[in-house]
Amino acid sequence: MGRLMKKKYESGAATAYITRNRAINYLQISLPDFRRLCILKGVYPREPKNKKKANKGSTAPRTFYLMKDIQYLSHEPIINKFREFKVFVKKLKKAFAKAEHGRVETLQENKPVYKLDHIIKERYPTFVDALRDLDDCLCLVFLFATFPQTKNIPGDFVRRCRHLSVEFMNFIVAAKALKKVFLSIKGIYYQVEMQGQVVTWLVPYSFGFNAKACADVDFRVMAHFVEFYITMLGFVNFKLYTSLGLHYPPKLTFEAKLKDDDEKNPYCLESEATGERLAALSASLASVVTQNTEEDEVELDEFEDSRTLEAKQEEEKQKAFQKLFNGLKVFVSREVPREPIVFTVRSFGGEASWDRSVAMGATFDESDETITHQIMDRPKADRQYLSRYYIQPQWLFDCVNAKMLLPVEDYFPGVVLPPHLSPFVEYKEGDYVPPEKEALSRRQQGLDTGDAVSEEADVSEEEEEEEEEGKEEEEIDDEDDEEEEDEEDDDDDDDDEKEEEVQKVERKMPVKRKQDDVPETPPSNMKVKEGKLDYEDASSKANREEWEARKLAILMIPKKRKRLFEKLSKRERRKKHEAKKLTTKREEFEKSQKDMKKKQRLSNK
Amino acid sequence: MASKRKVGEAKLEKEELDLFVDAPPDDDDDDDGDDEDGDTSDSEESVYSGLEEEPSSEEEEEEDDNSSDSEDHGTEDTPNIPGPATDVTTGSAGTSSTERLDNRPPPDEYEFDSSDEEDIRNTVGNIPMEWYNDYPHIGYNLDGKKIMKPAKGDELDEFLNKMDNPDYWRTVKDKTTGEDVKLTDEELDIIQQIQSGKYPDKAYNPYEPYIDFFTHEKMIHPVTNRPRDKRSFIPSLVEKEKVSKLVHAIKMGWIKPRKARDDEPKYYDIWENDNQYTPDKRYQTHIPAPKLKLPGHEESYNPPPEYLPSEEEILAWNQADPEDRRQAFLSKKYDALRKVPAYAGFVKERFERCLDLYLCPRQRKMRANVTAEDLIPKLPKPRDLQPFPTTLSVVYEGHTDIVRCISVEPTGQWLVSGSDDETLRFWEVATGRCRKVLQLGGRVRSVAWCPNTAVCLVAAVVDNKVIIINPSLGDKLVYHSTDNLLNTYEAPESLETKLPVEWVAAEGKEHDTGIRLRIAHPKTIRQVTWHGKGDYFAVVMPDGGSMSVLIHQLTKRRSQNPFRKSKGLVQCVLFHPVRPFLFVATQRYVRVYNLLKQELTKKLMANCKWVSSMAVHPGGDNLIIGSYDSRLSWFDMDLSTKPYQTLRHHKRALRQVCYHKKYPLFASASDDGTVVICHGMVYSDLLQNPLIVPVKILRGHKVTKNLGALDCQFHPTQPWVFSCGADTTVRLYT
Repeated sequence: MGRLMKKKYESGAATAYITRNRAINYLQISLPDFRRLCILKGVYPREPKNKKKANKGSTAPRTFYLMKDIQYLSHEPIINKFREFKVFVKKLKKAFAKAEHGRVETLQENKPVYKLDHIIKERYPTFVDALRDLDDCLCLVFLFATFPQTKNIPGDFVRRCRHLSVEFMNFIVAAKALKKVFLSIKGIYYQVEMQGQVVTWLVPYSFGFNAKACADVDFRVMAHFVEFYITMLGFVNFKLYTSLGLHYPPKLTFEAKLKDDDEKNPYCLESEATGERLAALSASLASVVTQNTEEDEVELDEFEDSRTLEAKQEEEKQKAFQKLFNGLKVFVSREVPREPIVFTVRSFGGEASWDRSVAMGATFDESDETITHQIMDRPKADRQYLSRYYIQPQWLFDCVNAKMLLPVEDYFPGVVLPPHLSPFVEYKEGDYVPPEKEALSRRQQGLDTGDAVSEEADVSEEEEEEEEEGKEEEEIDDEDDEEEEDEEDDDDDDDDEKEEEVQKVERKMPVKRKQDDVPETPPSNMKVKEGKLDYEDASSKANREEWEARKLAILMIPKKRKRLFEKLSKRERRKKHEAKKLTTKREEFEKSQKDMKKKQRLSNK
Repeated sequence: MASKRKVGEAKLEKEELDLFVDAPPDDDDDDDGDDEDGDTSDSEESVYSGLEEEPSSEEEEEEDDNSSDSEDHGTEDTPNIPGPATDVTTGSAGTSSTERLDNRPPPDEYEFDSSDEEDIRNTVGNIPMEWYNDYPHIGYNLDGKKIMKPAKGDELDEFLNKMDNPDYWRTVKDKTTGEDVKLTDEELDIIQQIQSGKYPDKAYNPYEPYIDFFTHEKMIHPVTNRPRDKRSFIPSLVEKEKVSKLVHAIKMGWIKPRKARDDEPKYYDIWENDNQYTPDKRYQTHIPAPKLKLPGHEESYNPPPEYLPSEEEILAWNQADPEDRRQAFLSKKYDALRKVPAYAGFVKERFERCLDLYLCPRQRKMRANVTAEDLIPKLPKPRDLQPFPTTLSVVYEGHTDIVRCISVEPTGQWLVSGSDDETLRFWEVATGRCRKVLQLGGRVRSVAWCPNTAVCLVAAVVDNKVIIINPSLGDKLVYHSTDNLLNTYEAPESLETKLPVEWVAAEGKEHDTGIRLRIAHPKTIRQVTWHGKGDYFAVVMPDGGSMSVLIHQLTKRRSQNPFRKSKGLVQCVLFHPVRPFLFVATQRYVRVYNLLKQELTKKLMANCKWVSSMAVHPGGDNLIIGSYDSRLSWFDMDLSTKPYQTLRHHKRALRQVCYHKKYPLFASASDDGTVVICHGMVYSDLLQNPLIVPVKILRGHKVTKNLGALDCQFHPTQPWVFSCGADTTVRLYT
């Protein structure tokens, strides 16, 4: 007989993975509950290495969870709470139907609730783990803070999200952790660094809630996420505040400084007033112990010995960056979104205020003579103080991204703003770098103090003639480019691509081909013509040889690498093409600008 | 009714109470037994009884009223409808309305028993009266006597009655009794009112001024003057019991106060000692979700001008499906921050991210950090592997149709090419001159120059014939001796020709053109190939069945069939250059037969779908196979029956492969019009892998009718290669 045959699908991938439906059966909960549980516990489907094996021989599309994950879920006490809640709903319905109002009340008072604290600890065993996963959390919490209360969006959530987001921003201000800000068309991106972790989040512009656009959005799912993120951000905030020695829940050092009676006796509850003042971001937070700044420096000194010079410089740069807006007194006009401006200014050591009628927490008035900058987004100011700069809001954000104070002239009201560049782009070799970025990096290195772009525009006149001369050559080049573009269009058809390459080669080396080819005249009128000497460019010949050798080597790529190679080379080609496209677009734009200027000058004459 | 009058009396509540307390005897003149046995001094009791006997006392009061007010006596018994507006009135308005109402008493609804509405004069009930049409009576009265129909006059009487009686119009017939009833004026009024759609009662005014029951003014009188219940000022025993029970329970600690519910989450330092945490396995297998891509310049509200899409791009973006778009949004420039609107898809994007986080299967993928350049193998430079043909030197033009086959003379001076224009052309290699054209009367499928340098012979295949030609080119001695050699043949006496092959010597005019022999076969021939010695040659007839391969001996003009049975569709055959082996390529396999031992020595798996051509290295150790699926397989005969390397240098079907006799080169011609020259070096050191490097792609043949280069042959001594193609040319690359 021998030993028994090993049965199929009783070990390995078939048992390590479990399909969603089987998982639901295993846990004995409903699908919505399962989803909720997955969201709260951070369990996600896995892609098995071999789908067929995991699916017990079937190739039907399925989502798989790790069996271990599901077993882990089955020990979760929250499942029992879900069941309790189900029973509660049943009882409540019954009581309602019987019109037993007293019972309804009692039931509602004893509504089962659950806590997510233990899940936070399980999912993020260390604080750094939590920080690493903070991106999505912040995005969603900041989004929910802007929501109105609807049937699907509990007002409680909105209120808590607002609280937590304000607390978090206050912490960033206190810790001066803000690194980058980017005004995109979607919203405002902020990037901060906390304990070595870079966290980026996106805050929508105000009045973003549009019920029509959210027609196919399931807010219940988002609410589950928010439920978890609220708890998580609460704990994170607590940890962050305590790490800086601040009170949590936050307290302001503001109350003592209040001058006006208006501020002291706002027309609202005291609790609301503190919340508003916190949200204003204009006051600093009270710390548990009186801070000793000198102590910090001593610590740094100790470190300095061990560090290399470079790191030390970096540290100094970092410190200088944190004090970027020190001494700036910024007044925010009412048409400018207040929160991002105040948040940015305060995060870099500046002071900010606004009109008292706009919001609570204003620290100084427009008439204050010590104001250095007034942010305004109108083409013209009604009455201007000579002691301050009137600038557009982009200046602040550009300064932060450039890590230096930029000249204010480009940002005066009514002026066409310089482009706002993304600080998140990392330039690799071969990437397109906008000229503004180049100018900026030159400025950062201290090579160039003036505005390089505008200078270029001034200088360019003499160049124009030269350019026109060189035009023909450019055109020839352009043809080649077009061919390349064509090449990229037919991605999947290898043959065509290659053939076209061949043709391209033929066209590229017209001189060579003439020499190679025997003239195609019929043999009847055979005669010897006087030959012409073709002078070969040595470099082009070498290039061509190299190119040919490369083509031949490509032929020898083994089959298993060939696809990868094609994919990679296609990607490289596309990248190159895109960079080229951007360059040409820019050139065209600059040319048109020049023409405009020329026309203007002519018309002026 | 009673209350109304009470209001009229307008007494203070307290007085009233006193009244009740003081005067119980007034109350119990009727059938009330409570007060008789009750203690009158006990205030509780008296109030209680007063409550019980309220209706009776009211009645009494009514009577008092009646006695004082004699006017209303007539309507005394008529039940009063408690109209909502008139029931209770307050203030001055109330008093006036009561006065008015008193003048006009409401109709008594309960004057007679209305519960049984039917007329009881006739007891037949509610039946169709026509049932009694044929009887003299019309029903029965209460005593059970017949009610007779009244005497009924004829039509004339009726008419006279109509004419004479002035009340005829108001006379109706009572169905139940059959009597005529004259309607009274009141009844007529009611009918008229109903007919005109008005209330039946003319006097009824539906739009009487509304009298407010409650007013906003504070009144000095109570709304109802009902005395307070006794229980309202006497502590309840039941409640006392209940309270004492609760107090006891609280004292005993059975009932605890409900805790104040606090839904606000409590935060604390959850990561207090997280530095003691040692990662478990679950933590290590966790795959964190990839972070969202950070925005580039194109997402800026004020991007550089080159990032703004042109009009065509915007159009294309709008037309594309949302899934096909490379960017989910269109870049746009706003000249001021205040003009930037809220992003419409923001919530949706966040929602999709949420879905991704919990629904998207995750997998850890190792990403190779390579560039395309790293994947290109490092090969020796072609320059170091010279010599090999690099440039097109000579184009041999003259054929008018596809050139299918070429062959080079063993000394390398002459070239023969066979074409679909039914000619065979002989060229001088060095000059490109066509020395001879031979009309063969059929498409030339294959041509092969005899490898023996002592003879000058060419074998060409036309349809089902192999034609042996002496081109009379080159050394005169050689081609004369060749003719002599052919002429020395003497037919053997015993002709044991089992094969249907016919050898015919050419004569006369044909002989003058150079044709020496014609060997007719039963089927179309595909290929002819010579043995290295130049005496034997093999032909391939793919349709020949068991005779698909035949070997002919030139000197003895003898044919033989080496195989008893065909093993598939034979594509081509080849003699081993030094050993007595024959390679036979069928569609997928190459069989190597030992001709001496007459056995199969090896079977090579070609690893392709359809073999087209085959070439063997002059040393005999390596074999290359070209196939129609554009592959070239390189075999090491000693190593394996599987290809050592498969090269896919061509884009389309390979037509011919060939080895150079002296240099380590091999070439392949393909339908894509290219000839690829490869350097294939085999080292005598067995440990060193053979070096196979493509060194040159020769282009030149134009693809016509989907055919490119059809044949290629190396020059026997020089590193040159000839190729012919469908563009009617033969080319020499040096």
